[in-house]
Amino acid sequence: MAEEVVLLDFWRSPFGMRVRIALAEKGIKYEYKEEDLRNKSPLLLQMNPVHKKIPVLIHKGKPICESLIVVQYIEEVWNDRNPLLPSDPYKRAQARFWADYVDKKIYDLGSKFRTSRGEEKKAAKKELIEALKLLEEQLGDKTYFGGNNLGFVDIALVPFYAWFKANDAFGPLNIERKCPKFVAWAKRCMQKESVSKSLPDQNKVYEFIVERRKKLGIE
Amino acid sequence: MAKEYGEVQLFGVGGSPYARRVRIALEMKGVQYTYFEEDLRNKSDLLLKYNPVHKKVPVLVHNGKPLAESLVILEYIDDTWGNHPILPQQPYDRALAQFWSRFIDDKCLPAITKAAFTANKEERDNSAEESLEALQFLENELKHKFFGGETIGLVDIAAGFIAFWLPAIEEAVGLKLLSCEKFPKLHKWGQEFTNHPVVKENLPPRDKLVGFFKARYASITASK
Repeated sequence: MAEEVVLLDFWRSPFGMRVRIALAEKGIKYEYKEEDLRNKSPLLLQMNPVHKKIPVLIHKGKPICESLIVVQYIEEVWNDRNPLLPSDPYKRAQARFWADYVDKKIYDLGSKFRTSRGEEKKAAKKELIEALKLLEEQLGDKTYFGGNNLGFVDIALVPFYAWFKANDAFGPLNIERKCPKFVAWAKRCMQKESVSKSLPDQNKVYEFIVERRKKLGIE
Repeated sequence: MAKEYGEVQLFGVGGSPYARRVRIALEMKGVQYTYFEEDLRNKSDLLLKYNPVHKKVPVLVHNGKPLAESLVILEYIDDTWGNHPILPQQPYDRALAQFWSRFIDDKCLPAITKAAFTANKEERDNSAEESLEALQFLENELKHKFFGGETIGLVDIAAGFIAFWLPAIEEAVGLKLLSCEKFPKLHKWGQEFTNHPVVKENLPPRDKLVGFFKARYASITASK
């Protein structure tokens, strides 16, 4: 059965992590294939000729691309357990809206913050914190965005908590102080096996941060 | 009849391809709605109330509950009113439809817009290249009369920009991207789409659109 589901992924990718979490939530066995993004496999190029990116889910030989589309596909095919989206059409649309918001804001602003300097970096930081605060507002008093269980928006967003950590952005972003609700929510998500199992290998993350700091000439 | 649908309101702008998508979907399903034309330089309090996050059109309000982002709205419309489905039934086909509509929004539209409305010639040329590549993917993907098969679906509705707005842009700025030699299937599809009985009634006046794009082009090139 596991050969039926294959995931082409990259260990540090927050988008790949979304799919790993969804597969884990649904208890789906699959074959994980690590891609070297500087040397993409013929399989990846064949399965995602348009974007040539991971993650790609291959189910019974047919590829599905774009992480949020993959998560929705997983939800629809394995619809007999652990729903990831609400059944009410309006609530479902709201979940799609906020996941789309995460896509539009968090990754791009995070990248901008990482790679820019001076005024541009300041602006990116401000916008990113504002975006996280807006998401905190959406969460309200709920345990998860999905209510009592992990939902679509949780899955869309939580990998970025891990991503910020892996990119050593926490200090400079001051996330713990500025967005405590976001951090508290992320930590709750981390307690779920499906999320903690899907995190990038923490040793590899540590090595990556050390290398990165060396390259940037930071102690 | 109106009671079946509840109260449906749509906030849009006549020239917006995104707002037109929603109108096409509602009209295809025969949903009664009230339309509010917005002035984007002077946004109404209602619009800002209903879409505080992006402050954009289109916004659909159904029984007082607002939704933004055209692709999200289209899926909601399909979930809520089951006649004339615009998304396929099978999960794999649905995923493909979602993939191509995202592709249109994330790749095609930005590339085309940049190819026309950037002051820097090199950037324009690069974007034109990107646009042609994107259009080629769509050309290859088109296997029937419409992307949705024999009837129009989500991808066709999303691709409306290519069928109607792109030719208007081409005329306004003197660009040629969607030639029938390079993209025979897409070109033919564009004609079928714009002649579809529901779509035909839901397109903005072409000359106004061309005028709008001409003015936009002039302001970009004037600032050189």
